[in-house]
Amino acid sequence: MSLTSDYIKQRLAEKFGESISQVEESFGTLSFAAPKDLNLKVMQFLYDDEELQFRFLTDLTAVHYPERKGEELAVVYHLYNFRERVRLRLKVYASVEDPKVFTATKLYESANWMERETYDFFGVEFVGHPNLKRILNVDEMTYFPMRKEFPLEDQSRVDKDDEMFGRGGHIGI
Amino acid sequence: MSEQQHITLPEGSIERQTQTLNLGPTHPATHGVFQNILEIDGERIVSSESTVGYIHRAFEKIAERRPYYQITPLTDRLNYCSSPINNMGWHLTVEKLLGVKTPKRVDYMRVVIMELARITDHLICNGVVGVDTGAFTGFLYLMKHREVAYEVYEEICGSRLTTNIGRVGGFERNFTPAVFEKLEKFLKEFPVALKEFESLMTRNRIFMERTQGVGAISAERALNYGFTGPNLRAAGVDYDVRVAQPYSSYEDFDFTIPVGTTGDCYDRFLVRNAEMWESLSIIRQALDKMKTLPSDVWHADVPAYYLPEKSDVYTKMEALIYHFKIIMGESDILPGELYNPVEGANGELGYYLISDGGRSPYRLHFRRPCFIYYQAYAELVKGAMLSDAIICMSSLNLIAGELDA
Repeated sequence: MSLTSDYIKQRLAEKFGESISQVEESFGTLSFAAPKDLNLKVMQFLYDDEELQFRFLTDLTAVHYPERKGEELAVVYHLYNFRERVRLRLKVYASVEDPKVFTATKLYESANWMERETYDFFGVEFVGHPNLKRILNVDEMTYFPMRKEFPLEDQSRVDKDDEMFGRGGHIGI
Repeated sequence: MSEQQHITLPEGSIERQTQTLNLGPTHPATHGVFQNILEIDGERIVSSESTVGYIHRAFEKIAERRPYYQITPLTDRLNYCSSPINNMGWHLTVEKLLGVKTPKRVDYMRVVIMELARITDHLICNGVVGVDTGAFTGFLYLMKHREVAYEVYEEICGSRLTTNIGRVGGFERNFTPAVFEKLEKFLKEFPVALKEFESLMTRNRIFMERTQGVGAISAERALNYGFTGPNLRAAGVDYDVRVAQPYSSYEDFDFTIPVGTTGDCYDRFLVRNAEMWESLSIIRQALDKMKTLPSDVWHADVPAYYLPEKSDVYTKMEALIYHFKIIMGESDILPGELYNPVEGANGELGYYLISDGGRSPYRLHFRRPCFIYYQAYAELVKGAMLSDAIICMSSLNLIAGELDA
């Protein structure tokens, strides 16, 4: 049998009822959001269920939406079913003041570094993670650089003299 | 280890102590900037910890300020052994977002370039596994032919390693006759070298003993660790994005997915070799298919996203407007959210793109295969000899650029 989006939606609705929100399908991938304290339960259900069998964590990352008050940080999981070749996107929202989300490392070993990366860049604290420290940035860093409050430098700024890289100085750009 | 000893050693004696060894970050045998802190008991590895991030360049952050066409050069620098695949993956992602449909000939041209890139990537990886087991010759046999592949890229896009090849909608120019000549040369000469390489390595007693059973992983563990690509296939799972979720008309081609059984370094080596043969066959099929199609098509007809001919820019008003809009990054981009994977040379390379309709992506995340599977390294080398750790590392095909983004 083939696993259709409607069937997945129905199974999720049966199991979790009203908690599942923002169900939408874009570019052939079913996407939905779950409350942050249910993320492990949802993933465990998708993993264990004999018909759903989403047993591969393809990707884990986060997105920062500064204008959404109370749910600024979205942790995004991409799950995959090898048998039916179906991909699923699960989102969990957390506030920027209290960015605590349960870790998926118990279920997927691969989540270990991906969660460390997400912590490193967005400051999402994964509760229960065995080794939650920075991975790509230096340990001394005190901020989370992928958040939107850190814009990249304006390329047309003139106050900075950086002759080596063709700005300011005698070149005068 | 300790239960094998017959002599009871006193507490705190020097024989009971383990040593810490820093392998990397600039060790020549790590083939990239990786640091592994190994705790060793004699020559046996008790535990290891990997440090990554030495060449982190914040591509995801930079991409949030760049117009879409300027992100292609960033993707070059992920897996720089097969940058055309990264470039094509990005173009395909943007095309999917914009709903651009490319002509069949463009798809086949892309397939030729992507498979060529896969061969160049695998030949380096397998060559290096040979080097690390003490056989430099095979590496040189293959390396000679990578030059021809790089000349093909050069003929199309002007550069060799960080290619920035292709555009959203197609290629920057048509394949010239020189491209086809060089491809013919490659298809004629490379199989000979690969055959030689295989007869040198595959049944070589020393090579087999050095690689068999080294760094083995079961299919279940490999899936749990997020393995993809040849490393997962060596463990026996026939997952290949080209088949599971075909892109760029891969469904038109006839090829098999080589799989291994044990997931050790030897099987990874065999899977990569077999994939090179499959890639050669795909290139031949693609070239044959291209012969039946009109030879003057090398891009989709999407003037809003594909740069017009330079002569048209000087003479036609619309062409000038489109040229200006594209170069200034003012093309209309639709809002949307998608995850688009391609089969990179070392695994599933995914692009998670969120567009809010602005000139640059709202968020772009690269699913970098070797970042994810490198976590398993500590488990793979635990209890192994120090020299096995080196081979294990090279046979995983870790590319520092991709790992650190």
